[in-house]
Amino acid sequence: MAGLSLDLLALQIFTGLALGAVYVLLATGMSLIFGMLTVVNFAHGAFFALGAYVGALVLAMGGNFWLALFCVPVATGIAGMAVEWGLVRHLYGRGIDDPLLLTFGLSYVLVEMIRIVAGTQGLPFDTPDALAKAVDIGIGYFPLYRLFVIAVTAAILLALWLFLERTRIGLIIRAGARDPEIMRVLGVDTGRIWRLVFGLGTAIAGLAGLLAAPLQGVSPEMGNAILADAFVVTVVGGMGSLAGAIVAGLVVGVIVSLTALFAPEAGDVAIFALMAVVLLIRPQGFFGRAGLMS
Amino acid sequence: MPDRTDRRIGRRGWLRGAAALAAGAPFASAPFATLRAEEPPIRVGFPVPVTGPYATEAADQVRAAQLAIAEFNESGGMGGRRAELLVRDDKLDPGEAATRAIELIEKDRVDFIVGSLSASVQLAVNTVTKQRGILYNSISQSDQIVSSPDWGPTSFHEAMTPHMTATAVGRYAFGKFGKRIAYVAADYAYGHEMVAGFRAVGAGIGAEELAEIKMPIGTRDFSPLMPRLEALRPDILFLCNFGRDQQVFVKQAQESGLKRMTHIVAPILLQTARIAGGAQAFEGVLGGTSYYWGIERDVASAKAFNDRFRKAYDGRLPSDYGALGYSGVRSVLSAAVKAGSTATEKVASALAGMKYDFYKGPQYYRACDHQSVQSVFIIESKANGRVPEDVFNVLETVPGQEDLLKTCAQEGLG
Repeated sequence: MAGLSLDLLALQIFTGLALGAVYVLLATGMSLIFGMLTVVNFAHGAFFALGAYVGALVLAMGGNFWLALFCVPVATGIAGMAVEWGLVRHLYGRGIDDPLLLTFGLSYVLVEMIRIVAGTQGLPFDTPDALAKAVDIGIGYFPLYRLFVIAVTAAILLALWLFLERTRIGLIIRAGARDPEIMRVLGVDTGRIWRLVFGLGTAIAGLAGLLAAPLQGVSPEMGNAILADAFVVTVVGGMGSLAGAIVAGLVVGVIVSLTALFAPEAGDVAIFALMAVVLLIRPQGFFGRAGLMS
Repeated sequence: MPDRTDRRIGRRGWLRGAAALAAGAPFASAPFATLRAEEPPIRVGFPVPVTGPYATEAADQVRAAQLAIAEFNESGGMGGRRAELLVRDDKLDPGEAATRAIELIEKDRVDFIVGSLSASVQLAVNTVTKQRGILYNSISQSDQIVSSPDWGPTSFHEAMTPHMTATAVGRYAFGKFGKRIAYVAADYAYGHEMVAGFRAVGAGIGAEELAEIKMPIGTRDFSPLMPRLEALRPDILFLCNFGRDQQVFVKQAQESGLKRMTHIVAPILLQTARIAGGAQAFEGVLGGTSYYWGIERDVASAKAFNDRFRKAYDGRLPSDYGALGYSGVRSVLSAAVKAGSTATEKVASALAGMKYDFYKGPQYYRACDHQSVQSVFIIESKANGRVPEDVFNVLETVPGQEDLLKTCAQEGLG
């Protein structure tokens, strides 16, 4: 290709990493829920859209982006906990299909509710003024807002790691995922733990939706397409593996970015081709445990 | 996945369609009493994507079409025969649209079909109407529908063609901004036809094409294109995609700084996409349109149409594609009155060559291919104005002349 320089290639890869950040966030929430609860959350994309709409609501009520950054995960986290309490928890222990179908149906209900309340057309969502510019990162100009998204993603991942590995509740969550029965025998209310985990997953999904809003605007269907991508990331990384979600998210981001440079028409196919190859060579994904789905 | 979503939301869409129909009902019911009840109404089938990604535009098409029906009935119909609109959801799917069209013809016994909001969907409807000898007036863009082998004696095209849109917009842009160009196009008929149109203009003036990037329809992140486009620094970037894809691209061109390096020109700038995308994202973007309500300052028929629309729909203003629903239905009904009949051949021959000015200044259906020759407006996004629809400045009106169109010989119809 004409005009292909090293700087362009480097910028392209960096763009891919930034793109991967949103995938990482979405897949992390999904993996968290699956790893702990063995629930494949098909409503994850709907919570993503919900997050963006809650953000738009905060802005419409006179708040700013920074306030939204706080309100959105709280709201989608509470919504997720309500869903777990009202719907999902009744299906624990009934195999993997039942909660999958439930959340699949729920995703339609949520998206439809968004359409009824906020309309089908979508809403504008401006980049916060302080971040609405491009900065020189040495290899070329890059949108400041995307750097911000990378930073927030890194901060969330760090906080999540500290929470799971360094706190008492984190210890209980990890133990509960391994052997819920013993936990109950020891007097731990595992129901509350699962609710917290589900809420944490949807809170991260909502936050990802808010972060994506200035990049692509807000529409009821915004979660649909990205849900498919997030599933690819989760499967490639290994179902239930947080490290897998991070690595696979970044890899998928870079692949999408390089495909756009060399073969843009193949943009839709590339990541599914990646998934097919990974599944053939390593069916459990990069970091997944074999047999988790069976 | 998106396909399945569209299918599941069918019922909701129906309700919306029904609500839109109900909104138009007061117009239809009042004159009904005064008309002869024994005459069967003139039935106009109207398949549009009431659900799915273009639901907003389709809802506006229904509103505008209802207005044309109401006006027709208020003015006494055709010798007392009133008209009615049968709205169907084509779900933006060619197979679905063909099925709905067959039902409209065989079960509902429609006299005409008007509608569609996609190139491939209209061709599917056209195939059905052509075989069954029913007059079809398409209200979305396509070059193929006015070309062999798709065109037929019953095919009419009220919307602009990609070729004429790109010719008008291309001439304006090349004249103003320069000759080094790049294309970003949606990888389907619409994108390909628009690129072909710009290329034809560019070839005449020796334009230098730096890149053509085809992206899958439904792309939600264009940031991977930005480094290359910024390195190329074209004078003009022709953005040949539509709806949400377009909205997302301009937003990301803004954040990456690409907009400061080039002029983004879209063949079609949608009013609805601009409203949903916001002023910040669309700042400085220009393009073409078949209609913008703001021309009412200069065009009397636009003023009259807007006023009726405002009155019927709570002060709302019609969108570009919405307005096509109005003129598409009104032109067919006018031709029926002119022909004094609803028989396909008679109406078709009355419509071919018909001159009219219903909402945007003078138009006529070219006799040899049934393309509506009409003006193209060059518009530019501006800061939000007084009303939600106040989003564009009209930079230039390119009058409707045949030099914007392919000749019928080029279309294989000579």
